[in-house]
Amino acid sequence: MDAQFAITGRDFVVSVTDKAIVHSIVRMKNNQDKTCRLSSHTLMSVTGEAGDTSNFAEYIQGNVRLYSVRNSQDMAPSETANFIRNELATALRSRKPYQVNLLVAGVDRNSGEASLYWIDYLAAMAKVPYAAHGYCAYFLYAVMDREYTQNITLEQAFVIIKKCFAVLKERFMVDFPDFTIKVIDQSGTREYAVADI
Amino acid sequence: MNRIAEQLTLSASDSPNNQLDGGSSNICGTGVQFELASGNNPAAFTQQYTDVKSERDARIKMDHGTTTLAFKFKHGVLVATDSRATSGNVIASQSVKKVIEINPYLLGTMAGGAADCSFWERVLGMECRLYELRNKKRISVAAASKLLANLVYRYKGMGLSMGTMVAGWDESGPGLYYVDSEGQRVVNDLFSVGSGSTFAYGVLDSHYRFDMSVDEAKDLGRRAIYHATHRDAYSGGIVRMYWVKEDGWVAYPLEDVGELYFRYHPEIKLTHAAESPLAAQRAA
Repeated sequence: MDAQFAITGRDFVVSVTDKAIVHSIVRMKNNQDKTCRLSSHTLMSVTGEAGDTSNFAEYIQGNVRLYSVRNSQDMAPSETANFIRNELATALRSRKPYQVNLLVAGVDRNSGEASLYWIDYLAAMAKVPYAAHGYCAYFLYAVMDREYTQNITLEQAFVIIKKCFAVLKERFMVDFPDFTIKVIDQSGTREYAVADI
Repeated sequence: MNRIAEQLTLSASDSPNNQLDGGSSNICGTGVQFELASGNNPAAFTQQYTDVKSERDARIKMDHGTTTLAFKFKHGVLVATDSRATSGNVIASQSVKKVIEINPYLLGTMAGGAADCSFWERVLGMECRLYELRNKKRISVAAASKLLANLVYRYKGMGLSMGTMVAGWDESGPGLYYVDSEGQRVVNDLFSVGSGSTFAYGVLDSHYRFDMSVDEAKDLGRRAIYHATHRDAYSGGIVRMYWVKEDGWVAYPLEDVGELYFRYHPEIKLTHAAESPLAAQRAA
């Protein structure tokens, strides 16, 4: 029941996740950040099975950081996404696969190009302009297909995101009180409140 | 049950040296060793008997009948639990200790399998002591809860049932984490775990403030457990309450929830009030 989606634009990526941690019928926490900062210009949002999310995220975070330290240079978003997919695929047919769904968003520091990679729990990967995971995908893909155009600006992306929030509020059985909205562009990563977009 | 127990125990001849497919499990660096079920995949084997989704009659049914709660406030962390244990429709005990004293400044609560909680929190206590000896300082609540979460994550899917809150006071002030056998670890100011948790949340959420006094916090904890035991059949007995402050935890006198009922509802009178055993107490 997690909401997880992202949209790329001309030179930025916006990642949106909800903030709830749910256990059976109880919402245990309302302000959880479901994204994982891999580097100053790469972000990974993680949802899925309870313990697997944090363990996998911390494992990837450690390895990406190690690469940066060893090579004095951050991994590019495409390298990061492929590394992550490979780790997931290796674990898939092992004793215990990770049940996590990911969206890897990043801006390449050299070319300025923004990219978004959709990776599911079976380690399938696709480079896409916009994507969603979970039940919310059933509602949001139609909205994003209808409204999206190439090279949108940040303001236009926020308009699309507000339409996404509207359809979830109107039609999805779970009401999300709050969302984590993060924008990655050439200058790095920053967070927005729902009221400020 | 005996046949299952036999199957799950390796006999003396199956020493770790002549390894079968199962062999033994050494919990990373802790020196605690025990043997896993023999066979190719111990996890799948135990899952048949403990998996909640399985329909098999042989399933070992884990009862989560309990109410435990903990919340952070200005003066520390308040931890309160009930004390009832049920097996099926029978109340097995009304005086279970669901708060585990890990060390003089860390507390853990118990929900789910009693053995799982008390064993793993005992191992956690050992690891916390080793940390103190190695680093010459007390372990933080974040690190302690992470140790516990990592310990149980290795056994994810193998049938552990544990939903615990780790409460303590460290350099950054009061600390409270929820850790469960699914591998979940969450930090927050307020938690309630167990079958009665929804009832407790109702009372807690409507009266909780961070800047409560100690007496207000105790009253809130007591009330929340009482209301949960009143509505949840699987919670009851007595309220066990602890207050974790800067120099460690203190335990409070036990209170029977039956007596709390009459204290909170002074308008309820027994028909033969004068002869009731509680008449003297209520008159006071």
